[in-house]
Amino acid sequence: MMKGETIIFWLLAALTLGTALLAVTSRQIFRAAIYLLFSLLGVAGIYFWLHYEFVAAVQIVVYAGGIAVLIIFSVFLTQRSGEDLPKPSTGRMLVAGLATLSGLALVMFHVLKHAFPVSILEPSTATVADLGRRMLHTGEGGFALPFEVVSILLLAAMVGCIVIAMRVKNKNL
Amino acid sequence: MTEPGLPHLLFIGAALFFIGVFGFLTRRNLITMLMSVELVLNSVCINFVAFNRYLWQERLDGVFITIFIIAIAAAEAAVAIAIIIHLYRSHRTIDVGAAEDMKH
Repeated sequence: MMKGETIIFWLLAALTLGTALLAVTSRQIFRAAIYLLFSLLGVAGIYFWLHYEFVAAVQIVVYAGGIAVLIIFSVFLTQRSGEDLPKPSTGRMLVAGLATLSGLALVMFHVLKHAFPVSILEPSTATVADLGRRMLHTGEGGFALPFEVVSILLLAAMVGCIVIAMRVKNKNL
Repeated sequence: MTEPGLPHLLFIGAALFFIGVFGFLTRRNLITMLMSVELVLNSVCINFVAFNRYLWQERLDGVFITIFIIAIAAAEAAVAIAIIIHLYRSHRTIDVGAAEDMKH
């Protein structure tokens, strides 16, 4: 008899991998974006399954709520509706499939061969308060410097987007 | 079926990574290529979280790296889509084969 936890894990794995496969093979770009959304939600489910609720919430808010919506909007802005993507050539499909399958086999061979020193699982005690304290801690084990670097990166991305969008406006005038 | 553990999560991470690589190699449309890159980034996040959970659960380094990857992915997606829409305005297409010239 399988435990409910195990069944949920395999359902989440099937959801994530199945919709990811559909997202990269679907010929209709809007459907591919929706499949990607479900795949990202499946990954969030895996984080929930691992008891990292905060990461799962961030995944849903940023990926499913932000990036997927951004991609869907850019599909609306750049694609004519009802048009399928051109079919990739069979040779390219064959080579890509062969390369990725052999890569997956190689990685899984090494993963299964390696004995990981897995410790006995205790329930996760990481609360959001712990994460916040560590995020702004400057000493040993703190992440204050990466936090500031990421904030500068986000600022740079914002400025970059504005610059890219402005250049077009001037050209059209 | 056995209890899901670290190898199963690493399998999901590896499979998601190679699905993303497959999409990146076969797609010729910039938005679908960006979607493949998002899948690759997600697979890396799964690996970090799984290692954190099963090997170093008293530390939180994997969780923090995952959060930073998500932040960087958001910035990357925003800039990439700005470039894609700019390319569409100047070339009327977002096929990678059509974007051969550096400056239009």
